[in-house]
Amino acid sequence: MNLLEIDAGMIDWSRAQFALTAIYHWLFVPLTLGLALVMGIMETIYYRTGKEFWKQTAKFWQKLFGVNFAMGVATGLILEFEFGTNWSNYSWFVGDIFGAPLAIEGIVAFFMESTFVAVMFFGWKKVSKGFHLTATWLTGLGATISAWWILVANSWMQHPVGQEFNPETVRNEMVSFSDVALSPVAIDKFIHTVLSAWVLGAIFVAGVSAWYLLKKRHLNFARSSLKISAIVGFASSLLIAVSGDHSAYTVAQTQPMKLAAMEALYDGGNDQGLTIVAAVNPFAQPDYANEKEPGMKIAIPNLLSFLATHDFHGFVPGVNDIIRGYTKDDGTVELPLDEKIHRGQAAITALHNYRLGKQNGDETVMREEGAILKENMAYFGYGYIKDADQIVPYIPVCFYAFRIMVGGGCLFILLFALILFYLRKGKDILRPRWLLHAAFWCIPLAYIVSECGWLVAEFGRQPWTIQDMLPTWVGVSDLQSSSVVTTFFLFLILFTTLLIVEFNILRKQIKKGPDLGEE
Amino acid sequence: MTYEFLQHYWCFIIALLAALLVFLMFVQGANSQLFELGKTTKERRMLVNSTGRKWEFTFTTLVTFGGAFFAAYPLFYSTSFGGAYWLWMIILFSFVLQAVSYEFQNKSGNTLGTRTFQTLLVINGFVGPFLLGVAVGTFFDGANFYVDRDNIVEIGSPVVSRWANASHGLDALLDIWNVVLGLAIVFLSRILGNLYTLNNIESQTLSQRNRSALIRNVLFFLPLFIAFAIHLFTKDGYAYDPATGAISVVPAKYLKNLFQSAPVLILFLIGVLLVLAGSLLPLRKKQADGKPCSCGIWSAGIGTVLVVLTLLLLTAWFNTPYYPSLVDPQSSLTMQNSSSSEFTLRTMFWVSLLVPFVLAYIIYAWRSIDKTKLTEKEIDEDEHVY
Ligand code: HDD
Ligand code: HEM
Ligand code: HEM
Repeated sequence: MNLLEIDAGMIDWSRAQFALTAIYHWLFVPLTLGLALVMGIMETIYYRTGKEFWKQTAKFWQKLFGVNFAMGVATGLILEFEFGTNWSNYSWFVGDIFGAPLAIEGIVAFFMESTFVAVMFFGWKKVSKGFHLTATWLTGLGATISAWWILVANSWMQHPVGQEFNPETVRNEMVSFSDVALSPVAIDKFIHTVLSAWVLGAIFVAGVSAWYLLKKRHLNFARSSLKISAIVGFASSLLIAVSGDHSAYTVAQTQPMKLAAMEALYDGGNDQGLTIVAAVNPFAQPDYANEKEPGMKIAIPNLLSFLATHDFHGFVPGVNDIIRGYTKDDGTVELPLDEKIHRGQAAITALHNYRLGKQNGDETVMREEGAILKENMAYFGYGYIKDADQIVPYIPVCFYAFRIMVGGGCLFILLFALILFYLRKGKDILRPRWLLHAAFWCIPLAYIVSECGWLVAEFGRQPWTIQDMLPTWVGVSDLQSSSVVTTFFLFLILFTTLLIVEFNILRKQIKKGPDLGEE
Repeated sequence: MTYEFLQHYWCFIIALLAALLVFLMFVQGANSQLFELGKTTKERRMLVNSTGRKWEFTFTTLVTFGGAFFAAYPLFYSTSFGGAYWLWMIILFSFVLQAVSYEFQNKSGNTLGTRTFQTLLVINGFVGPFLLGVAVGTFFDGANFYVDRDNIVEIGSPVVSRWANASHGLDALLDIWNVVLGLAIVFLSRILGNLYTLNNIESQTLSQRNRSALIRNVLFFLPLFIAFAIHLFTKDGYAYDPATGAISVVPAKYLKNLFQSAPVLILFLIGVLLVLAGSLLPLRKKQADGKPCSCGIWSAGIGTVLVVLTLLLLTAWFNTPYYPSLVDPQSSLTMQNSSSSEFTLRTMFWVSLLVPFVLAYIIYAWRSIDKTKLTEKEIDEDEHVY
């Protein structure tokens, strides 16, 4: 069969489509996870005190939860099947490992979510108070378990572990489930991502409550909701800074190129400072090969070294070091890119010869080529790389998205601390008004911060769909770009319309307010 | 547990999920008749709220079906989804529309109006079952694809599974038998929709309309189903040699498969009878309490699961390629050549032991919500209605 070259435009449209649908999905997911926690706490108070006020409070947030939940479900469906429709080669090459968490997610988590969400919505008058409370918590638990498994899948792409390549079937096969399910990258990601959802949920509740306070409506309700959200938010935003720090350490160990891109670090070395701001052109890939460092760089001395290696004098490789190859502090050598490419090509050629040998029934060839393949398999993906530019992620996005995230994180700690301070003083909660305004405007900011986190994680992984194993252009399906362009715009129109509708409904529901029998 | 056992086991689980999905498409079946059955706003709201308590299950079953297929038979996932791109994309679109329509339709501020969202439910009610039926039809009648693992070493063009034409899956609609199966599934889901709402809603008028719609749907369903069954059991099929993997054509392959295993044959026949019995029960005379019997959904539901399950097993067990390639028979996917490794299948086997537990809590939760039938009063009083 005569194979046509894969259409380069199609690859970019497939990436764009995946990014679009994932970004939309992530608009709804964190609120589901975050509100589930807040609602659970409120209903628990109702269960303990029996006060109708708390029941209505929980119910109000539950209504907003429902509208948001539907969108989360609808967008998630597309993502799951997109692995098959747009990344078919990928699905086949690593489905053995990657499919399992997805299947488990369905069996273990999604059924739990969808069963108990029905009890939560429709069961108020039909089941006992205790069962209803259990259902509310189980809905949240189901969502959190689902996050676990999908993040296991994603983490495996960032840092593949627990697999072995099998030349008989020409694919990667899982050899250790626990390595996959309990990979340190997955644990970091899970903690950081779930905390980020709690922060966002808390900010949502705080912001809406602040709006009521500004409008002087539902004061009791708003004060109580604000209090709960501020406690949840303060705790999780402190924790997320700790977990983010740990994520960065893990990135440094597993994906040094991502860290270099996040920091716009071209030439690394020992005693590296953590960049606070620098003039990186937001619209073009910098000329890292010739520039020493971005202009107007303001950095905290030695902090990056500490962050990345837990040693103030540790060695942090920059983009050029990774291309040239370098020696780590523990003496191990990271090969230069040329050598990696060379070994990758050797692996691919060996695989080719192995398959020929198999066709001809030549066992000697199979044994010899199998050994060469095994030796070079760690660099398999590099065999598809043609030049150095291809392995450098788009630095401006990584650099700025990371700064927005960390800046946002610090701001949220401050916000919640101030809210708690004013709440504790027991003073008139209607002041200071600027704080209430700030809380309200932090809602959109929280969404931006949260999406920025994923931009760092995903753009920083480029060009790899699976780190060092499979570049994006080898993971695709055999489609025409016209098909993918069409579905891209269909999704864009569909999801944007639905987002507008959802936004409108939420606005109306919030305007209407809780049903407390007052006013 | 041998590798072979695990491959059969996962094939069974996936067929079971697909069978449950067809049963749960009573949601789509009822939605496709939303405007026929519900003449007034109130009646439509009752229907929507009745299926609205179940749609999440249909949806989740679809998702889990996909996930399990991905994990157990990744080569199918990549070949069919990546190849029959448009067929699957349209199915997905229709389910996206459905997922939001429940929550949005009666909320103020929904911009597009109640009727738009109800129309979207109707569209999904037809398109979902029809195209899923067409897609399943390709398990019997084949599809147009090539698979060549060795492509991975072609640096410029490494894709392993390719579709043979630019229609990317829409070619399935050109095969009359796929269309017949699709239509049969549409009418089956409508029958199940009638039976489910009969059981779930307390309303004289809806019950009457449901019963006359039921007769019509049965009259459409039967000839379609019988025609497809005759076609299936007389047609030639592929078989593969488990030792070499070579594919050959065998006359009346699916009929032979049916007679290979007594349990499969018996379950198939029982399933057919149960579907018929369930569809006809409500048409019989009234029960002691003066109301027509509303228990048909149980019989027809179980029957549907059995029929779909056994038919799907016929496509994959007994050395049959479950996804035949028309353009290149040797590319056909079999349980053997498309499955995950033994290790993965075994790991997931342990996970699948949780399924009975999951089923138990689903049943418990359903019963606690469905203790009483849905009434008009509830729609008026409950805060969380659609
Ligand atoms: C950290 C959390 C998280 C992340 C990174 C993702 N999801 Fe998600 N997903 C959820 C957390 C979640 C959730 C909170 O559990 C949702 C949102 C609303 C809901 O019903 O469940 C959900 C829903 C949801 C559904 C619908 C489930 C149902 O029928 O109830 C599917 C199929 C997916 N997701 C699939 C994906 C895929 C393929 C992703 C990766 C690309 C993905 N999700 C990323
Ligand atoms: C305050 C200090 C913070 C630090 C130091 C930090 C650090 C990081 C790092 C290094 C990553 C990349 C991890 C990877 O690629 O594997 C990341 C990802 C992410 N961050 Fe943060 N972060 C912080 C705050 C926040 C906040 C406040 C939010 C949202 C409310 C957030 C949301 C995310 C998300 C959603 C991801 C992607 C998931 C992941 O890769 O874990 N982060 N963060
Ligand atoms: C829900 C939060 C997520 C967001 C917002 C997100 C965002 C993105 C973005 C922006 C890209 C495009 C990068 C580029 O091509 O330049 C991308 C690609 C991709 N992501 Fe994520 N992602 C998310 C979660 C995940 C998860 C959990 C997985 C896997 C389980 C995943 C798998 C992929 C794949 C397969 C691609 C396409 C191939 C590639 O470009 O490498 N994503 N995502």
